[in-house]
This record gives sequence, structure tokens and C-alpha cells, in this order.
Amino acid sequence: MITFDRVTKRYPDGTVAVDDLSLEVPTGGITVFVGPSGCGKTTSLRMINRMIDPSEGRVLLDGVDVTTVDPPTLRRGIGYVIQQAGLFPHRKIVDNVATVPQLLGWDRRKARDRAMELLERVGLDTGLANRYPFQLSGGQQQRVGVARALAADPPVLLMDEPFSAVDPIVRASLQDELLRLQAELHKTIVFVTHDIDEAVKLGDRVAVLQVGGHLAQLDDPATLLARPADGFVREFLGRDRGIRRLSFVPGAGLGLRGDLTVPVSADVASARGTAEPWLAVVDPDGGPLGWAATAGLPESGTFEAVPLAPYGTFVRDRDSLRAALDAALLSPSGNAIAVDDSGRAEGVVTREVLDEALVLAAREASRVAGETRADEGPGEAGGAREAADGR
Amino acid sequence: MNWLTDFFGDPAHWSGPDGIPARLLEHLAFSAAALLLAALIALPLGLWIGHTGRGAYFIVATVNVARAIPTLGLLVLFVLLLGTTTVWPVLIPLVALAAPPILVNTYEGVRGVDPDLRDAAYGMGLRGGQVLGRVLVPVALPLILLGLRLSAVQVVATTTVAAYAGLGGLGRFIIDGLATKDYASVAGGAVLVVLFALAVQLLFTLAQRTAVSPGVSRRQRVR
Ligand SMILES: Nc1ncnc2c1ncn2[C@@H]1O[C@H](COP(=O)(O)OP(=O)(O)OP(=O)(O)O)[C@@H](O)[C@H]1O
Ligand SMILES: [Mg+2]
Repeated sequence: MITFDRVTKRYPDGTVAVDDLSLEVPTGGITVFVGPSGCGKTTSLRMINRMIDPSEGRVLLDGVDVTTVDPPTLRRGIGYVIQQAGLFPHRKIVDNVATVPQLLGWDRRKARDRAMELLERVGLDTGLANRYPFQLSGGQQQRVGVARALAADPPVLLMDEPFSAVDPIVRASLQDELLRLQAELHKTIVFVTHDIDEAVKLGDRVAVLQVGGHLAQLDDPATLLARPADGFVREFLGRDRGIRRLSFVPGAGLGLRGDLTVPVSADVASARGTAEPWLAVVDPDGGPLGWAATAGLPESGTFEAVPLAPYGTFVRDRDSLRAALDAALLSPSGNAIAVDDSGRAEGVVTREVLDEALVLAAREASRVAGETRADEGPGEAGGAREAADGR
Repeated sequence: MNWLTDFFGDPAHWSGPDGIPARLLEHLAFSAAALLLAALIALPLGLWIGHTGRGAYFIVATVNVARAIPTLGLLVLFVLLLGTTTVWPVLIPLVALAAPPILVNTYEGVRGVDPDLRDAAYGMGLRGGQVLGRVLVPVALPLILLGLRLSAVQVVATTTVAAYAGLGGLGRFIIDGLATKDYASVAGGAVLVVLFALAVQLLFTLAQRTAVSPGVSRRQRVR
């Protein structure tokens, strides 16, 4: 666990970058520091590995004041990833990754094997091991940066805007990769970003910092979206808060209708007389093909001959209510097709079921918000503002 | 042109203490000694100032002084002060000539390393000396070698003045030739100095190729 205990950082020129910050970063989770430029995210992060020392207060790592530890020793036990990767240009990729193990005195062979293993772990072709950094794309360099930080298997990982210099598609895949790695490794990660979407996607907990180094709010993403602590946080979270919150409502509980799917080889006669306006047509393997309107079915033949309307799917075990809603909005029927991991249709989630789930989610959100109002006592006008600005 | 054939064709010029091989060796010894001394002073100083950022004003001062002082003037001064019994009157001006380019380029090379890279190096847990030795020097190496090369070429050219102090080196062909109106000797000496300087240039280019990491010089290796 990392503890900020009333930490203040004042730079020699008088700038207060962090002001009386107290927070705890729990072991084994991702805590994101997010906030506008200049709010003190980097400063806070760098006080953990003593790249900067606090002016007041203490930073504790598992109860030990970090300023009592010799910086190089401390840093060898903490992975550090920065925006521009900061790879050593004169060393091959594999040697870059092996930097800390070598500092720790591992033998060459072992350090190298470990480096190769990590390159694979972060999704890099080991054929890149003997290249130099300049021969890699930005996204690949960033992966190497992550591999290097993980090389000596430190329990703590500090990441300062590691993905902000790559294009959105690469960024998304790096984020997914990090989540996948974290599911295996359970590191204590402090992740700095100015991108609230990234914060909400990656964080188990999100600390929103305000310019001047104040902590505005620290919560899990769903709570953060449901209940911003104040106007600053609300503004920073931006639009579509309600919809985005649905990302944290699991889709697994949604009720399925098994009677709304029909194999493409079935005779259209079997569907005649049904009251349902739309049926989901699936191929012999169970993969969805599209929606058939029961009103316009031909006289005879199978569903092969029926024109199909577009559809949307979501993975029921994995995806959120937001994904289910999105799938429904992609179909003229307004229903979503639930599929399993291999893409086979499990059934249909109807508009009505979604509607109910949305209402429940909305109630839950306002319940959370309401509880806080009670907690914080009279005079908290958050609910009223919520209503007034229409979000 | 026949001056040159006169000079290089004369077998008498290829042997003895004032023959080409002996003079070449003297020239080499003077130049190497001057360069070595200059490097011993300027390299550590440049690395230290570049790494710590302390005493950067010293670099500026050195450059300005170095530009202002003519090597020949310095030579004459030292010959007057120290006489011609030792090599120092020649060596000191040569070292003074050679040190500034090494100092400045080493300093610039180390200073110019991407701050993010330094930061990453410290962040990994490298100590100050390790950051310098394992990261800054390899990355700054092209500039450091450039400084050495510039100095070496200048020193080789200027060692010619050793002859003024009655010392050896290829300069003797030129100085003595002028004194005796032996223009074949003057031309031959000049050609030798030029060839020597070119050889030094070539040597450093080769050193650059082998010593600098392909990752820094960005030479693509075919694999
Ligand atoms: N070395 C320094 N000396 C003086 N002021 C500094 C120094 N480093 C940062 N600051 C100031 O401290 C404040 C916080 O800086 P910090 O780098 O922590 O912000 P940040 O949240 O990481 O911003 P960004 O998103 O732009 O990276 C800023 O006002 C910055 O100008
Ligand atoms: Mg920053």
C-alpha cells in the first residue's frame, strides 16, 4: 500500500504543485491520478519513487517513509514508465528490458531469459529483441517500456501518461493489454493521465486532482460518474456521464428470450402466425446473420431467401449494459442479440428487458447519490444541480 | 611537381635522424602526447560539467579564450620563458590548442542528451555514475569523438611549429627548407603534413564506426 500523508510539494520558485494531499493507494489495484494539465499528477507520482521529495508530509510505501530509503535502491523495486518510453537508444531491446535485473546483479543469461519472457508477455514479437529502439514504432516502444518496468517483478508500477503519445487505436490496445497483464500480475499500479476516459477504463479507483494540487474526489469509476463531488469534477467528467456509467453495470444479469432465434435452414412456415415482429436468424453454427421481419415473409421456402436487417451483439458474460444497449440500437427491432465468447447466439435481450435494466441502473445511481447527500448532511445541493443542468 | 619527385625520390630523405620515417615518428609522438594530455584534462572535465551542470560558465570562458589566443604566440612565449631544452614549450601550446574542442564537444554531448532519457535512467534506479557511464557517454559518444577528431587534426597540423623551437617533426622539412631555399623540401614537408592529417581523420572515422552504437548512429544493421 502507498500512503500520501498530508503531502505538500512547493517548488523553489514558490509553485505549490501538490497541496496537503492525503490518500491511500491500495495494494494490487490500479489507482489513476487524473486532472487537467499542471494539477500536480506527475509531481505526486514522482514523490513515490523519490524522483521528487515532498516539502511537507510523508509518502509511505507499505508503512515505510520512502525518504528513509536510498533512492536507487527504492527505484529498483518500483517499475517506472514514462510517456516517451525513455528507452536507451544505444542498447538493443532485450538489453533495455534487462536493465534493472542486471543492476540487481542477476547473471546475464537469467536477465536475458527474463527479458525475452517479458517481451512476449507484453505482446511483442521476440524477433524485435535484437533491434534498437529507433527501429520500433511508438506503440512498440511503449510496450518495451512496460516490459522494462516489469522486468525485476517489482510489486509497484508507476506510469506517467504512458499511452498518450500514440494514436487512439494503438492506445486502446495498450490499455487492454495493461488490463490483461494486471489480471495476471496484480501489481499495485499508480497511473497518471489527463484523459478521463482512460482513467475510467483502467482505474479500480480514480483520484481527480484539481489545479493547485488539491484532491477533488477519490472513488471507483462508477461512483465517480454517478456522483461527482462538485462542479469541477462534474465539468471534468464531461458529457454523457449517465450513458458512460452503464459501462460499469454488468450485462450478465439480463434476461434472455430463447424463442426469438431461428435457424436459417428453418421453413418460413414455422414462423407464420407468431406475434413477434422480428426474429433473429442464425447460421448452422449458431452465429447471428440478421433480423427477419415476420410481416414480410415469403409464401414458402426457408429463411435463406428472406432479406435480413442489420443487428448488434454483445457478449453476455463479459460486456456491460452499455454494450447491450448499443447492440439494441444497431437493430431495427430494438433488441440485442446476446452471444457467447465464441460468437454463438445465446438468445435475445428485448427492448422491454433493457428498459427495465436501465430503470434499475438509474435508480441505483440516484440511490448512491442520495446516500451521499444524507452522509454529507444538509446544504449539499448536488442533486439540485444535477436536475438543473439536465444531466 | 618535380619538386615532389626530387624530394620523395631522393633515397637520402628516407633514412637517418632527419629522414622522413624519423621525422614522421617524431611528429606522431608530439601529436599523440599533446592529444593524450589534452584528453586527460578535457574529457573528465567535460563529462563532469555536462553531467552535474556545475561550472558551465567555465566552458564559455574556455571557448572565448581559446579563440583569442594564437598558438604561435603562445609557443614563442613559452620558448622565451622555458628555453628550448625540453619539449614543454611546444607541448603546452599544443595541449592548450587541443583541449578546448574536446572540452566543449564532450560537454555539449552530455548536456544535449534527451532529459527524458536521463530521467528514465534515474527512474530505473541507476546511480549518478552509472547514468553517466552507461547512458550519457554512449549516447554522447558521436560528439565526444568529434571533439577528439577536431583536436587531433589541428594538433597534427600545428605540431609543425615544433620545428621553430628546434625540435623535430615534419615541420623541420618546411622550416629548414625555407631557411636554405630548398623548396622541394618545403613542398614535400607540406604534403606529408596534409597526408598525416588525412590519415588521422580516417582513423577517427573508423573509430566512430566501431565505437558508436548503431542504435545511436541509426545505422540500420542488416540481419
Ligand atoms: N521543477 C519545477 N519547478 C517549478 N515548478 C514546477 C516544476 N515542475 C512542475 N512545476 C509546476 O508544478 C505544477 C504541477 O506540475 P506537474 O508536472 O506535476 O503537473 P501535471 O499534472 O503532471 O501536468 P501535465 O498533465 O501537464 O503533465 C505545474 O504548475 C508546474 O508548472
Ligand atoms: Mg505530467
